[in-house]
Amino acid sequence: MTTSPIDEHVHELGMPAFDQRIADAVARSVELGGEKQTSLKAKDMKTDQEVRWCPGCGDYVILNAVQSFLPSLGIAREDMVIVSGIGCSSRFPYYMNTYGMHSIHGRAPAIATGLAASRPDLSVWVVTGDGDALSIGGNHLIHTLRRNVNLTILLFNNRIYGLTKGQYSPTSEIGKVTKSTPMGSLDHPFNPVSLALGADATFVGRAMDSDRKGLTDVLRQAAEHQGTSLVEIYQNCNIFNDGAFELLKDPTTGTQWSIPLVHGEKLVFGPDGASCVVADGFGGLRIAETNQVDESAIVVHDAHRTDPSYAFALSRLSSQDLRYTPMGVFRSIRKPTYDEMMTDQLADARSGQPADLDALLRGSDTWTVA
Amino acid sequence: MTHSTPEQAPVEAPPSAPGGLVKSVVSLDRVVIRLAGDSGDGMQLTGNRFTSETASFGNDLSTLPNFPAEIRAPTGTLPGVSSFQLHFADHDIMTPGDAPDVLVVMNPAALKANLADLPGGGLLIADADEFTPRNLAKVGYAENPLEDGSLDGWQLVSVPLTSMTTDALADSGLGKKEAERSKNMFTLGLLSWMYHRPTEGTVRFLERQFRKKPEIAAANIAAFRAGFNYGETTEAFAVSYEIKPAPMAPGTYRNISGNQALAYGLVAAGQLSGLPVFLGAYPITPASDVLHELSKHKAFGVRTFQAEDEIAGIGAALGASFGGALGVTTTSGPGVALKAETIGLAVMTELPLVIVDVQRGGPSTGLPTKTEQSDLLQALFGRNGEAPVPVVAPRSPADCFDAAIEAARIALAYRTPVFLLSDGYLANGAEPWSVPAADTLPDIDVEFATEPNGVDGEFLPYLRDPETLARPWAVPGTKGLQHRIGGLEKADGTGNISYDPANHDFMTRTRQAKVDGIAASLPPTEVDDPDGDARVAVIGWGSTYGPIGAACRRIRRSGRSIAQVHLRHLNPLPADLGDILRSYDRVVCPEMNLGQLSLLLRAKYLVDVQSHTQVRGLPFRAAELAAVLQDVIDSTGTEGPA
Repeated sequence: MTTSPIDEHVHELGMPAFDQRIADAVARSVELGGEKQTSLKAKDMKTDQEVRWCPGCGDYVILNAVQSFLPSLGIAREDMVIVSGIGCSSRFPYYMNTYGMHSIHGRAPAIATGLAASRPDLSVWVVTGDGDALSIGGNHLIHTLRRNVNLTILLFNNRIYGLTKGQYSPTSEIGKVTKSTPMGSLDHPFNPVSLALGADATFVGRAMDSDRKGLTDVLRQAAEHQGTSLVEIYQNCNIFNDGAFELLKDPTTGTQWSIPLVHGEKLVFGPDGASCVVADGFGGLRIAETNQVDESAIVVHDAHRTDPSYAFALSRLSSQDLRYTPMGVFRSIRKPTYDEMMTDQLADARSGQPADLDALLRGSDTWTVA
Repeated sequence: MTHSTPEQAPVEAPPSAPGGLVKSVVSLDRVVIRLAGDSGDGMQLTGNRFTSETASFGNDLSTLPNFPAEIRAPTGTLPGVSSFQLHFADHDIMTPGDAPDVLVVMNPAALKANLADLPGGGLLIADADEFTPRNLAKVGYAENPLEDGSLDGWQLVSVPLTSMTTDALADSGLGKKEAERSKNMFTLGLLSWMYHRPTEGTVRFLERQFRKKPEIAAANIAAFRAGFNYGETTEAFAVSYEIKPAPMAPGTYRNISGNQALAYGLVAAGQLSGLPVFLGAYPITPASDVLHELSKHKAFGVRTFQAEDEIAGIGAALGASFGGALGVTTTSGPGVALKAETIGLAVMTELPLVIVDVQRGGPSTGLPTKTEQSDLLQALFGRNGEAPVPVVAPRSPADCFDAAIEAARIALAYRTPVFLLSDGYLANGAEPWSVPAADTLPDIDVEFATEPNGVDGEFLPYLRDPETLARPWAVPGTKGLQHRIGGLEKADGTGNISYDPANHDFMTRTRQAKVDGIAASLPPTEVDDPDGDARVAVIGWGSTYGPIGAACRRIRRSGRSIAQVHLRHLNPLPADLGDILRSYDRVVCPEMNLGQLSLLLRAKYLVDVQSHTQVRGLPFRAAELAAVLQDVIDSTGTEGPA
């Protein structure tokens, strides 16, 4: 059995005494049903529920990738919880043989926060979409990120509302013609990575639904990260926004317009490494032709920089038409997590004063009637 | 002095005579004092200290803080007036008093805002220093009412409270402005002398409060003592008053406010059930003090989460409940509106959750610091779909403790969100509380699912307990019981998504039956009819208990009979309630809304309940209620006293 960083963390924290009844129930279930299994296969992650996405939906690819990759974390199914909101992507928990809650529109990060903060022994995941996370649930998303609750958030971005049948979303490009915008959308879109970095997220990554290797790599780093991880997954909606990411998926144009982010490596991309990323002299970054700049000027990717400005500058390289889109892990830094700090405060409080209910109820000013 | 009651004549006591002054002591059975001043004058603190002194003396008491929503409205203006009313007695009392016997005003605005409530002949103490032309002009007095004879109908004692305070602190080293701020403690000292209150508690309090600023502590204590000594020596006050301790059942007592009692009830519920309490809340008046209080009790395993908004507050609480905690969210009416969708999710997922609504005047932002009972129908029906939620209401500040435990019991036993409907009057009001021993509190028995419950070894998250109809609570981490829940309709048993018409009909009725079935766990409804021959019943819920009870006492003292029913459970209503109501000729229902409980009772029992309502942001006055009940009794043709 491999021990994940999450297990180690929980082991280190221990289960506080007042959570004993929960611990007892878990222990009893192991007594009755045997040890939790941590050597799992992809098929162990599936449920008996029929998957009900449209044929050809990018969600299938992501589901398969997640089901294949999760067992490698060595976490028992019982110790994983997937919380989702509303939208096509939010049906995800029904297809995962873990604990799960398909909640209400936009609120999954809030619900997951309460769960993760009170149960640091669990691996808690949020599955959400661009409408769910960035529109109705935008507030919860940014606050969850700034608190650094120990959660992994998978944001499926298809740049459209699918479940309500094709209205523009907060990531749709300006001028997008949809059912609700016959003359084109007037809204300037969010760049989810920029938004997350603006909220000082400690882990931000981006991956493509169809890129199994790249997706799995980012997911693994996100899962192992302590704190809130946000992974934006570009996901094709073949019904309402087909081909939205074709520029990046097509082998030819994909190489030209994607910037692979590998920690410790130079940001060189394009056919034959013809393009690269350099500092722009104003605190930001710009694209240059590799043969036009001194090699030492080419930026070496560092996802561990404490200051989020560099990662933010990276996120601003891409335009809404997806040219120069960095893919991979933008930022991964370690900061104390919300649940760690909450657990510490409770431990401190317990060591300072015994939990004596009679003393609490009496308070300091009483009088006695004989 | 006029503030004696008809039942008890003033008793002249031997004079006490410091400095040769002849002072008499008059015994009273009860008194109502109102302190009124600017928001910055510290009236709430003064009132709370006087309350603590009174509580430790052993009187029964009831308080009514009344303050503006603005933290500091412009100084000296009407909107900035803050007041604190305290009723204390040598016997058991139920309300903070209809009208003050004594009114203390710290400035002209306080006089203008409160004088109408002071009955003719009442004692009026005014800080003469603050009646300056500028302050008078701010509230539209052309002449100084302390001097123009317009207050001749009251016993006016005009005292330079501010300058006496600064004189007393002349050697304290404090500047004039700073010294003036102690005038509330001078006033408290004066009142403490007038009513023979113990003073050690206040001295200890001030030392504790200003631990880090000993010079401020010393100044406040000096002002407090100067006020006391002034009472003893001045000719302005020839009489002091004695109100003997009230006979109370044996026990250990403390003074407690509703919000504090409610928070303690939640801590206790966590201990009694053995579950960690998780509070998700967003600050809102008048509920925030519950968040503040619970935040102090981490040693009891209470986790408090100040969320980014009301929705996140309840969402986090529900998430924690899914994980096995006692999830709680606290708010007021506007917050309930925002939480409605998540409450529906809790109904659908059948997880325990306590939703505390400390009601305030509405609609919209309404009257944030004033009380009202107008969220009853919101609690019952303010959601999409058929979404039944049990509702529990406390009747007095101390009762918030028991009501919180009851709400938690229902939530945990039936796996359901439960509303706990407090209100602003209960939240901020205080009364003596006979502190229960922890080992006498009811156990809250909770069982987590630990093994599969299906015939084929599978786990059925919606397989119900046949008695309570509660579904099993299997927390994440439990081996082999992983399952998915959510807002979509569930198939009976498996909990899988189901759009089947018959299943939806069945599940809708089952959720309703589960909540209705809670009635079976309730004790018989208590009917208070000491004479046993009442033909008129008065029914209420929540904080109207005190005024209704006091009104019933008046009715009975006049020789008539009336029955009082006060509901703890608003949903489900007690099983015996219909028969009880139908057994009376007339039923009256006073409420601080436009008749929400009346509407329910009429609809459910086809009883012609007569609604009596007010929405003034203040509790009912017992005398007014008594008059209403009197009229109803008279109109039934029941014989009055011979």
